[in-house]
Amino acid sequence: MMRSYEPASNAQLPPPTERIPVVRWLRQNLFSSWFNAILTLASAALIVTLVYGLGRWAIVEARWEVIPANLKLLVVGTYPIDQLWRVWATLYAIGLLSGFSGGLHGGLIRRIALVGAIAAIVLAILPFPLATRGWLLGAAASVGGGFGLGRLAQFATGGRSRRWIKRIEIAVWILSFPIGLVLLNGVGGPLPVIKARNQWGFLLNLLGAVVGIGLSLPLGVLLALGRRSKLPAIRLVCTAYIELIRGVPLISLLFMASIMLQLLLPDNIRPDLVIRAMITITIFSSAYMAENVRGGLQAIPKGQYEAAYAVGLNGALTTILIILPQALRAVIPAIVGQFIALFKDTTLFGFIAILELLNISRSVLSNLEWRGTIFELYVFIGVVFWILCYSMSAISRRIEKRLGVGER
Amino acid sequence: MSVKPDEGIIICRDVHKWFGDFHVLRGISLTVQKGEVVVICGPSGSGKSTFIRTINRLEEHQRGQIIVDGVELTNDLRNIETIRRDVGMVFQQFNLFPHLTVRQNITLAPVWVLKMKRAEADAVAMQLLERVGIPEQADKFPGQLSGGQQQRVVIARALAMNPQIMLFDEPTSALDPEMIKEVLDVMKELAHSGMTMIVVTHEMGFAREVADRIIFFDFGQLIEENTPEEFFHNPQHERTKLFLSQILT
Repeated sequence: MMRSYEPASNAQLPPPTERIPVVRWLRQNLFSSWFNAILTLASAALIVTLVYGLGRWAIVEARWEVIPANLKLLVVGTYPIDQLWRVWATLYAIGLLSGFSGGLHGGLIRRIALVGAIAAIVLAILPFPLATRGWLLGAAASVGGGFGLGRLAQFATGGRSRRWIKRIEIAVWILSFPIGLVLLNGVGGPLPVIKARNQWGFLLNLLGAVVGIGLSLPLGVLLALGRRSKLPAIRLVCTAYIELIRGVPLISLLFMASIMLQLLLPDNIRPDLVIRAMITITIFSSAYMAENVRGGLQAIPKGQYEAAYAVGLNGALTTILIILPQALRAVIPAIVGQFIALFKDTTLFGFIAILELLNISRSVLSNLEWRGTIFELYVFIGVVFWILCYSMSAISRRIEKRLGVGER
Repeated sequence: MSVKPDEGIIICRDVHKWFGDFHVLRGISLTVQKGEVVVICGPSGSGKSTFIRTINRLEEHQRGQIIVDGVELTNDLRNIETIRRDVGMVFQQFNLFPHLTVRQNITLAPVWVLKMKRAEADAVAMQLLERVGIPEQADKFPGQLSGGQQQRVVIARALAMNPQIMLFDEPTSALDPEMIKEVLDVMKELAHSGMTMIVVTHEMGFAREVADRIIFFDFGQLIEENTPEEFFHNPQHERTKLFLSQILT
């Protein structure tokens, strides 16, 4: 017997939807029994009390004027006022470069540059000293100027021969880090060396994060590759490094760098305290980074190596072109998590007599005029760190999304 | 090295290999002439995949001699790289690079290994994609392609290095039946163009139509070798008869 079936209709049916009226939703989820009703009411009372208390404090009692009054001290510490243009110049250079890259490539970099410029404009509206607000508007303008230049470069070169511009762009980005550090620190002559480098407030947190992130990622990649090396000596050294560093709390490494080196090394060859702290946090973070990257390396199937070898790539090219790009993208969340942890860990510098943001806020408290403003300061510090950490996480999510194109 | 190329483009003499204690290859001797199409079949676990993977040194042989295009495979990395440049390979699981587009998959090795200009490599890639019938997929990522299309990209990627020899390791085993034909068609065209090919496959139709020689593997040994005509109609070995009776019904 043979049967043939005709589809009843080619029209697609809509998926079933279920809409529950509000009252029934409440009854089902919040007041399903006497006990649940009591829990609901008690929780609601607790939430209202907390929100009311917090709101009252924030609006009525808090002395927020402590922040603008001490803003310079918190952000750049004892950096001399007549040299502050160097900090702004560094910021402007970054703004210009971001704007340029955004204009040239569009996409994510453009969005980041735009958000940065908007943030500068929003800050300029807040009641800071007039000069600061002027500088902030200048920062936004530098992003805009860079963007214009980037668009111009894109327009002028038009079609294909844009590779050399990209090369220059990348070179300038890489060079901007040492140049920025030199500009901030000074070399003498027209750029006098700034004294008391350990009292730069939030600038130290930022520098520690930039240096730590910039160095610990490449170092971590090398360590991860080393740990998977076929050469026993390299494998042993890398494994020992990673396991040793990961087994020790960062704070004790920082104490070692600050106190033990003080005892062991004579003054003239001992690097400055801040540099020691940055080296320490880089060493610490690179061990974690190495394990994150190694996780990514292990996720790459053997077939990828075989395919690369089979088309004639050697080991180094296989690693650089095939394995690392896939491994790193697989562990972006873990790597960015490590970046965020590193940034927050820079507050531990405070324990070794470095006046970073958290530590310098205590010197504000010791000022009689601002006694008792501890909550205001800590809320401010928390918000600053949260905004920057959340930005990193948001950027990483966008990068993941973009790189995910065509992935299964 | 005193090997004349006209003795055969691939010469294997008494090749042995062990995985731990397991003796996978037990003395394989085989000579393949330039332009020949050799099909290797046999039950799974018989060592046929392992054997063709020794030819471009994805597996190391532990005894015997393998000479490819006049170069002997030893531990010398330069020899290995020379041979890999000359030998293309197609895998059962495709192994395309998922982070690169189809075009980039094909141009990668010519640009980095042969130092070809990018524009030239792009032109070669487009030609090859025409040849395997999917030029419109050039800017997609492998994950957006069907299995049959992916396998054709793999073939194009291998051909971009202008190899002397192509190895196929069960190229259709991971494909849906509807897609097997499109890959086999590309392979047939390649065989007719004079490419030297060694193909591990269970596609007996392909073997009958294209192969110059069929080789039957069992327990790491080469137990029968014949023309397709003889192999299918007049198998010599009991094991071969059994295998054919199972696979052809």
